[in-house]
Amino acid sequence: MSEIRSRNVTIPIGPQHPALKEPTSFSVTLSGEKILQVGVRLGYNHRGIEKACESRSFIQSLYLIERVCGICSHSHSSCFVQAVEEIAGLQLPPRAMYLRTIVAELERLHSHLLWLGVAGHEIGFDTLLMYTWRDREIVMDLLAAITGNRVNYGMNTFGGVRRDISHEQKADILKAMDTLEERTKYYISVATEETTLIQRLSGVGVLSHDDAIRLGAVGPTARASNVKRDIRKDDPYAAYDQVPFDLITSDCCDVYGRTLVRVGELMESYKLIRHLLNNLPDGPLAVKAPRKIPTGEAVSRYEAPRGEDVHYVRANGSEKPDRVKVRAPTLANVQAVAHMLKDRYLADLPIVVAAIDPCFSCTDRLIDLTRDGDGRCDVITWGQLHDYSMRWYKGQGMDLAKLNNRFKCGESS
Amino acid sequence: MSDITQEQVIQTELTAAYPCLQDKVRIQRARRLYAAVSKERIGEVFAFVVRNMDFSMLCAITGLDEGETLGAIYHLARPDGMVLNLSTSVPKDRPMLRSVTVFFPAADAYERELIDLLGFQVEGLGPGPRYPLPDNWPAGQYPLRKDWTAPDQAGPQREGSENPDV
Repeated sequence: MSEIRSRNVTIPIGPQHPALKEPTSFSVTLSGEKILQVGVRLGYNHRGIEKACESRSFIQSLYLIERVCGICSHSHSSCFVQAVEEIAGLQLPPRAMYLRTIVAELERLHSHLLWLGVAGHEIGFDTLLMYTWRDREIVMDLLAAITGNRVNYGMNTFGGVRRDISHEQKADILKAMDTLEERTKYYISVATEETTLIQRLSGVGVLSHDDAIRLGAVGPTARASNVKRDIRKDDPYAAYDQVPFDLITSDCCDVYGRTLVRVGELMESYKLIRHLLNNLPDGPLAVKAPRKIPTGEAVSRYEAPRGEDVHYVRANGSEKPDRVKVRAPTLANVQAVAHMLKDRYLADLPIVVAAIDPCFSCTDRLIDLTRDGDGRCDVITWGQLHDYSMRWYKGQGMDLAKLNNRFKCGESS
Repeated sequence: MSDITQEQVIQTELTAAYPCLQDKVRIQRARRLYAAVSKERIGEVFAFVVRNMDFSMLCAITGLDEGETLGAIYHLARPDGMVLNLSTSVPKDRPMLRSVTVFFPAADAYERELIDLLGFQVEGLGPGPRYPLPDNWPAGQYPLRKDWTAPDQAGPQREGSENPDV
């Protein structure tokens, strides 16, 4: 009996596992319920995008790079265009800088709201998931209105942006910021007053300040260990050197701290978006960029919702890049996760892994419907799909339109 | 004194410590410095900038196929946003680098990427799973080498799809 008790067991978690939202493989050595050692195997999503860029033109590569990630697509596309613009010596018009930054902050909003929902789900608090994901739809609708897409916005082009924000859209965004700010205040009160949540997240996934620096943690993971590290402040790009905002940190050094940092950053993003919209400079959206990019190299850094994104681009004077290197934030946080899991309970693994906010893609929003009989194909628009879902749920006895109106009037909280 | 930028201070400090880097440290723009270092000196220059010049973050390591040689660029950053890109070249028939995981444990994944995608050899890198290629990937196939092409790049065209790239 004692022999069995003292035996350590190594179990595989992943690459496909209900607790993981994307393929990763953890090899966890356990003594009872306690984790002794964690091995991480990555690479299941490797699609050879860097190599693929070398055989495509710069503009084709831009659209490919945007698809590195479904959630932080604008992060990768901005990081890439910045590098190419530096090599080509392009000076962006101020309006383009501001618009790029507005979309960047909208992306941070929907990413952090998404994370808050996932975190709620991982600890069995699915009400939080339902609330935050409903609110996230407000941001997704704004992004769809501005860019035409919920994800993979295609906002950037070399030398500027492709779409403007109209007066009506500006008013819609400002109104949405007020609604979201109200909602986020409620989430902050949940995060700071709800004892179940505080106790479930405190002391879980601990990463000390020194370990965060030593292991090279980035983004909210680093900032929740009180590391004042944010590319928007340290190495400003786009319009970040012209707008006031605070760097949010926490000294909790655990999953609870990571929650506080993200909800705090939501509030900063509302402030940033309002300032950018109210001070949006007039002028053109882009300058003309050459098809062939002169010989040169550039390193571009960008504060994605999950942390520092790094791109290196080398051009050889042709219309195709010679080398494109992408270092996404999750890769920088992997060592930190393995460290956080050590000596913790197995049951904490899902929330600790989720707390660094590893990336996963969104689904497509366009559906092709083939009619029975004649085989003709129809395309449903987003609005029609929305109406269809409303009708379907009404048929099931659930009137979501009524419910949404109630939430809009602020009766929900 | 006020005319001297932080970038120039770094440039001066680096060339003073390593006269061999004279004319090899380039300031491309604000907060971006590039230095080409020989493979013999890269280890000590790397240790010097990390220990003495506050380059406490390793953003990434980029591997390059330069034809006769393989290149590696260490993208190092300081908390004030300065980025120093230390590059070096090693011969393709003996592409040996010294691991920097002793300074930055997170370099583990970056170095394994150099091994998998470009065929570098990294001395001093501890045991661990490969990254990012699958375990059954054929030996000696390095996708990021310029002469490498996928065995069946076009792939079978999917039924009903007009564009094989989709």
